[in-house]
This record gives sequence, C-alpha cells and structure tokens, in this order.
Amino acid sequence: MAKAKSAYSTPGKLGKLGTHIIVVWVDNEAGVLARVAGLFSGRGYNIESLAVAEIDPKLNISRITIVTTGTPQVIDQIKLQLKKLVPVHKVADFKREDKKVIFKEMALFKVVGNSSKKEKALKACKKYNPVILDKTKKSYVIQITALRREIDIMSKSLKKFGLVSVSRTGAVAMTRGSKVFK
Amino acid sequence: MSKLYSGAEIVFKCLKDQNVEVIFGYPGGAVLPIYDELKNFNFIKHILVRHEQGAGHAAEGYARSSGKPGVLLVTSGPGATNAVTALTDAYMDSVPLVCISGQVPTHLIGTDAFQEADTTGITRPCTKHNWLVKDIKDLGKVIHKAFEVATTGRPGPVLVDIPKDVQFQKTSYAKFKKQKKKVGKIHNQFSQKDIDELIKLMSKASKPIFYTGGGVINSGPKASELLRELVRTTGFPITTTLQGLGSYPGEDGHFLGMLGMHGSYEANNAMHDCDLMINIGARFDDRITGKIDEFSPKSKKVHIDIDPSSINKNVKVDVPIVGDVEEVITSTIRTIKKVKPDFTKSNKQKISKWWEKIQKWRAVNSFDFVNSTETIKPQYAVQRLYELTKNKDTYITTEVGQHQMWAAQHYKFDKPNRWMTSGGLGTMGYGLPAAVGVQVAHPNKLVIDIAGEASVLMTMQEMSTAVQYSLPIKIFILNNEYMGMVRQWQELLHEKNYSESYTAALPDFVKLAEAYGCVGIRAKTPDELDDKIIEMINTDRPVIFDCMVDKEENCFPMIPSGKPHNQMLLGEKDRKETKISKKGKTLV
Repeated sequence: MAKAKSAYSTPGKLGKLGTHIIVVWVDNEAGVLARVAGLFSGRGYNIESLAVAEIDPKLNISRITIVTTGTPQVIDQIKLQLKKLVPVHKVADFKREDKKVIFKEMALFKVVGNSSKKEKALKACKKYNPVILDKTKKSYVIQITALRREIDIMSKSLKKFGLVSVSRTGAVAMTRGSKVFK
Repeated sequence: MSKLYSGAEIVFKCLKDQNVEVIFGYPGGAVLPIYDELKNFNFIKHILVRHEQGAGHAAEGYARSSGKPGVLLVTSGPGATNAVTALTDAYMDSVPLVCISGQVPTHLIGTDAFQEADTTGITRPCTKHNWLVKDIKDLGKVIHKAFEVATTGRPGPVLVDIPKDVQFQKTSYAKFKKQKKKVGKIHNQFSQKDIDELIKLMSKASKPIFYTGGGVINSGPKASELLRELVRTTGFPITTTLQGLGSYPGEDGHFLGMLGMHGSYEANNAMHDCDLMINIGARFDDRITGKIDEFSPKSKKVHIDIDPSSINKNVKVDVPIVGDVEEVITSTIRTIKKVKPDFTKSNKQKISKWWEKIQKWRAVNSFDFVNSTETIKPQYAVQRLYELTKNKDTYITTEVGQHQMWAAQHYKFDKPNRWMTSGGLGTMGYGLPAAVGVQVAHPNKLVIDIAGEASVLMTMQEMSTAVQYSLPIKIFILNNEYMGMVRQWQELLHEKNYSESYTAALPDFVKLAEAYGCVGIRAKTPDELDDKIIEMINTDRPVIFDCMVDKEENCFPMIPSGKPHNQMLLGEKDRKETKISKKGKTLV
C-alpha cells in the first residue's frame, strides 16, 4: 500500500486567497489582545496589520482592526472562532474591494536631506493630505493618511528623497453612510 | 453591613452554590489558604490525586460519566502546568472542567517568583476561557461565570487563577441566583425552515445515513433517547464516531458500528456511497474523513452542531443547523409526525436496496480476527470481557492505542455516558485516572479501564489514589509489551523498523498491584481467561489485570493514510483468502 508515509492525509486543494479586514469589538480587559492574536497564531492564520484602541471608556469596549489574507473557508473560520471568545461582542468582515467601506491608515515618514529633497518628498505626498509634524534644518516628519497599498508605494518612492524611518498604524475601517454595523 | 468572607471561603461558597460535590486536587504553597478552608465545608469531598494530570483526567471521567462539570484544584507553577495535558484533552473532547489554580501573591506576579508560571498565558489556547482574579471583589462573579462558560454551548474546560493574597482578602458574597436557562455565548440558531429542509432531504434520499458523535452525549441522556426514536421513525442506518459510542445501542440492527480509521467496513462504505449524510454532533475529524477530497463524494450533507465554528471547518456541508442536538431532534421528530405520519412505511421501500447493499458489506465481518487456542488474542479478550460484564451497568474507560480501538470495536454500549476515552488529543495515560473519577461518581458500579501496558504506566501512580479512597476500579491491561499502535504504523509504513516501540523492562504488574495494596491477576492462556475475568469482577478492591496477549496482532480494518473510505485495509483473515491478487491488500 502506502506511499504516503504518514498517519495523516496530504493537503487537498486550496481555495483562492483574498484580503479581508476583520473588525472585532471586545471588552477592554487584560489579555484580550493576546487571546485574539493567539487565536490567529495558534491556528496558523495570517496577520498583515493590527490596530487596536479603546473606543468606549464607559462600556469598556475596544475595537480591533485586523488585516488578514486567507481562503474563504479560513476567513469564515476566523470569524466563527473569534465569535466564540468570551470577551468578543461582535465581528465584522469586509473585503478589501468593498466600496461601501472606508479603509484608512496613517503613516509617519522621517525624511533627512537638503531642502530640495525634503520639498520633493513633501510634494510626492501631496495626494495624501500631508502634514509636517516636525521640522528641522535637516529633516521633516511628514504625516499622511492613505490606503495601505498607497502607503506601501510611498514608503518605496520616498527612499530617493532621504526617507530614513517609517511608522504606520495599520489600517482602520468604517462603513460609509448612516448605517452602523450591528 | 453584610458578613465578610475570605477569598478561600468564597471559592467554597461558589462551589456549594454550583452544587459541586467532589473536587480532585493536590495541595501546594499557593493554594494552602483554600485547602485550609476545606475542613469548614463538609459538603465537598476532596480526592487527593498523585499528579495534577491525574486530577484533570479524573475530573474528566467524573464529568463524562455524570453529565456534571468536573472540578480540579491545583497549585501554582508545576501544579498548573501538570494540569495542562488534561485541560487540552478536555478542550479537544468538549468536556466541562473548572480548574482552580493558585498563583503567587499579586505583588510577586511577573518577578519569576518561586513556583510562578504564567498560568493564564499557558492555558489560554487549551481552555474556553480563563481568568486571573486580581481583585477579591471579582472572585465570586468570576467563578460563577466560569461554570457558565464551561457548561454552556459546546462544553469545555475553563481555568480560574487566584493569587494567594486574594485568597486571604475579605469581601462580601452576593448570593448566587441561578438563571433559569443558561444561554452561554452561542444560542440555538436554527429555525423551522432548517428542519423542513432536512425533512425534505430525508424523504428524497434513497441512500441515507446518520453519522453521530459526542455532541449527542454532551446534549444529555434525553438526546440519546430521541436519537433512538429518530432512527426508529426513519429506518435509516446509523454509525457513530468513537466519542458517540453509547448514544445508540451497539447491538441494534440499524447500527453499523463505529466509523473512521479503524471503523467497520459497512460504516465506512456506507459513508462513502450515501446520498444523504446527516451529521449529528460530530465534527468531521481527520480520523473520520480520511482523504477530504474524496470524502463521501455523492452525498448531500447536513450538519447539526451547537458550535458554529465546527460547521464547514473541514467539510463543506449543504444544510448547516446550529443548535443543541436534543432540541433539533425534538423538532425534527415533531415535524415528521405532523407532515409525514407514515414516513417509516413510505420510506422502507425506498431505502430497501440501500439496506441490501449494507448487509453485503456487513457480511464481510470486518472486525473478525483469527483466534488462537494458545495465545490470547486481544480482540478475544475484549469480547470475553464484554460478554462477562454486559449484564452489569458497566463503565469503560481506555488509554490510547490499539487496545482503545479494539475496545471500541468489540465492546458494545447501549447507554450514553458509559464510555470514556481520549479521542481528540489521544492522551496515553487517560484511562486510569479517568476510571478513578468515574468510580467516584458511581461508587457502586463496575468501572473498567481497558488499557495498554505502555499507556497505563504513564499515570500508574493514581492506583494509589484508588486504594486510598477504596475505589474498586479494574485496570484490564492488554499487555503485548509493545506500544502496539506505534508498532503497527512502523510495520505498515516504516518497513518494520520498530524504532523504540518495544518496552524492554516492564514491571511485573501483579507484584506492582500488590505493592500498591490492590489485587493483581494475570491471564496467560485463552482457557483461563474467563475464570480470571470473573475473579476480577468479583473482587471488591482495585485490580490490575495483566492480560498477556498476542504480541504482534494488528488492529484492522483500517483506512490507510491519505485514502478515502472505500479503500479499507481488511484483517488477516480476509487477506489470506484473497492472496491471489496483489491488490488484495486494499479491497475495494
């Protein structure tokens, strides 16, 4: 018989990968982030970015936004497993292509160089509401808000203008219009 | 002002309000205040184990045989880490456990103090939820919540970590008001529409099968009764998973035996060829499905489960029904009676061909083996054990390996909660302490651990617990001096390179029994087996039974790895008969 030298089966066909933004409303208590992050690592799911902060100090609710990739089956599992966690209140799942949802990420760029380079860097950021947060003779710290992939592109293209440091928040999401996700 | 209680007192007040009668535990520095209070709470019986893993498995045995949550009490650091295997085991097999662990005082947490471990960190992935109680005011609330989480929805283990200073601090205790109906996190989400859809599929099907699992047993004894009624009403064949054994009578004609890697030929072939599969409380485990891509290719699949995350996890299904098994079957039966009162009659004709096919598979008699008059065949030993104990209400636990599969194949159960085995995690050393827990829950019943000599040595120390509390458990060891299942895989997959699977220096189990202060019995030949088993049953003390069996027997039938259900490997008997063809090994 067996060519398969294992007590386990071989992997089957894989579904198509897609990028999803998962938003989780949780009780802001000790260890909650470890539970969510541990669920991802323990089950072999992927985290591309993660943003978390308390949004309702009175009810003690934090909102976690996770960008992940997976097959439809894996994304379903992520949602269902998250919903099982005791401190989790609700879970929303948005496809990256979803036009009804706003995805934004903030980035800080530190550019070091002569004034021509700094200005060029600032100009390159023009599309993304750049704000200069700090200014010295040699450097700028520029803040932009944009889509993840736009920031990806900027982090590359600013290199030639003296980009020395990047800090990003990870994406956050919100639905458009008057409706609220329940 | 209301009376103030210490944290340790609150622990017991909570246990009392939760109607806990037994806890399994082991004392240590960080839980001493709780142990100190034990004397003031007589309603609780504390069973002192010999290792915290034993406490966990004993609590599992207690829970699975009684339907109540099992409670264990362990100290910080090694106490908690020793319990991790049992917690993981309970997590995999959905057993409700509440583990209370001591922790170093709050001001020492994070300083690498003596016997400090990050217990909530370590147990986070192997519990449904856990808590570190840093404020005495939260303690009562947390413990009650812990019981709720453990017992509702899909049951499972939880852990409450209590620092030693919190055990001393005082606060008031608010009387616990039990909710009328525990809802837990997951509600019954099914609607009548789902049930109608199910019945539509049932009346259309010509090759249906029920595939039922541990969820039926977890749903309570009523669910097993309803399952019998459902099978009677429909006339469909039924197979159960390893954990589902007992939810349906093992000797009934509709029962095809266990399915899966070492399941029966008829059950696995029926699963492969069916046109309607109704999964009730099982989870499409990889030991069940074999190769996923070729798993039951022609069937519509219905999945009834209380845990939404179990649905579509491994196998995509057509009709998911999220709900408690008891309630789903109740409304299914009710609807059938209303819509199709003559279901049985109208259906009998339709599925008669299916039954004929099943009878042909059944005639292969796949659990059969070549018996011997000289050596005891392990299957024969289990069969004799069954025949000699079936008239008593016997509780069986097992360890993990070949003996476990033989027990599942040859011991027939007709009631739920009589079969305790480690299925998901496959924990060697589970059965002996589990038997301790079962016997504590059922002091007057016959409790037998069908064991292997390798497994049982992993938790052998719990014999001492059995002796201390006069728990007359019977450890029935199928002794082949090998880690049998490991040896079998090595024979089949690794060219008979029996790397480290032979135990060269086994103890004399009869002398070992005597050393523990219990009774040792040895059987060497088939002739003396019956008498020795009867002697064991009639002994009113713990017994270690050393049953010397054939050393090289393999467990068949078997679905080889990466193969679908209809390519089972059958036993020696069949292979001899079909020796002509080289392909005879894999009968299709």
